[in-house]
Amino acid sequence: MKIFLITLAYLVLAPVLGGLLAGFDRIVTARMQSRVGPPLFQPFYDVLKLMAKENLAVNHFQNFYILCFLVFMIITGALFFAGGDLLLAIFALTLAGIFLVMGAYSANSPYSIIGAERELILMMAYEPMLLIAAIGLYMATGTFIVHDMIAIHRPLIFQLPGIFLGLVYILTIKFRKSPFDLSTSHHGHQEIVKGLTTEFSGPALAMIEVAHWYENILLLGLVYLFFAWYPPAAVAAVILTYFFEIFIDNTYARTKWHYAVKWSWAVAATLGVGNVATLYFLR
Amino acid sequence: MSFLKKSPWILHYDGTSCNGCDIEVLACLTPMYDVERFGIVNVGNPKHADILLITGSVNEQNTPVVKNLYRQMPEPKAVVAIGICATSGGIFQDCYNVKGGIDKVIPVDVYVPGCAARPEAIIDGVVKALGILEEKAKALKEAAHRQPVEVEESSHD
Repeated sequence: MKIFLITLAYLVLAPVLGGLLAGFDRIVTARMQSRVGPPLFQPFYDVLKLMAKENLAVNHFQNFYILCFLVFMIITGALFFAGGDLLLAIFALTLAGIFLVMGAYSANSPYSIIGAERELILMMAYEPMLLIAAIGLYMATGTFIVHDMIAIHRPLIFQLPGIFLGLVYILTIKFRKSPFDLSTSHHGHQEIVKGLTTEFSGPALAMIEVAHWYENILLLGLVYLFFAWYPPAAVAAVILTYFFEIFIDNTYARTKWHYAVKWSWAVAATLGVGNVATLYFLR
Repeated sequence: MSFLKKSPWILHYDGTSCNGCDIEVLACLTPMYDVERFGIVNVGNPKHADILLITGSVNEQNTPVVKNLYRQMPEPKAVVAIGICATSGGIFQDCYNVKGGIDKVIPVDVYVPGCAARPEAIIDGVVKALGILEEKAKALKEAAHRQPVEVEESSHD
């Protein structure tokens, strides 16, 4: 019963929090560029507007893939926040990502296809670090079950500093922030227009946006896990991490995919594997 | 439907403009005017756009491009012609290679004259377009109640 209630709370609260986070993101970004920025609720206005627009689709499967993307993203978050298996949640997250890529591939537009190819490359870049993070959390706590990890009441950050830093590095890719926003360029008037999302309009685009909110909340939940022994510190860490990502977004220009893969793997190999090896030898 | 007014996404296309009006459109995005305050975003993608801003006149070369951009925008949509060239062809009206204003090719909702049009005038034009967008959305809704909406040259899902 408790799990059911938590899952229900997640289903309702995650998009609300995710939307507010996106609004906060846009205001902070604007302030960093000495602009005033939109209202806090702007992302909600955008999504509600998109729901009312015409849904142009180039084929029948396109929007079905996007629906799958949203559904699997919600399932991933539900697995995580109900205290389920972390490894299963990470695999479900990958599956959701694949559906988005399939949707973009099906559209047959050059921008959309280049976006899909770049998204696959980015998945290749961040996936090792994400798995190493799960392994590290297992080494530190002896379990893959999120509920038991929180029940341990030990500051995991002191055991896993390298893995935390590595995770923050790849979170830039997952949040679609600037040095690594290769697949859906944040500003549409650039070389690949909007990459992955170019061919989606109206309600389909709204679904992608809402799925992204769910995804962001899930990823910040992962950050929370490292500080879970003291909730106020954990919330502060989550907010600081997100602020740091916005800061990076505004101070770095987009890189090439070679750089993204090379450095994500280098970070995973040094900070991630180094941390896991240290834990192994100290045990 | 009132959310249309709160988040107008804009697509900007430069016909044959001298770049004067172009620069003024971009000036609207700078900290000085900051149109993102009103939720306006320059999306650069017709499938995400609500309002099409066109600077410069149309000619034989860019007519198919303008028509294509207009066709790819999802309903409801509005078109704003910016600068005197986009409005009527301006001083290039009689040139052998110029067709005239944008309304020779696609329906235009708001005309913003000026050479170059000032950012304040452009923002005013977009705000006027929002009212028209609202009306179009209402008409679209009423039409949908009467009969299925007909969409030209695209599958409706």
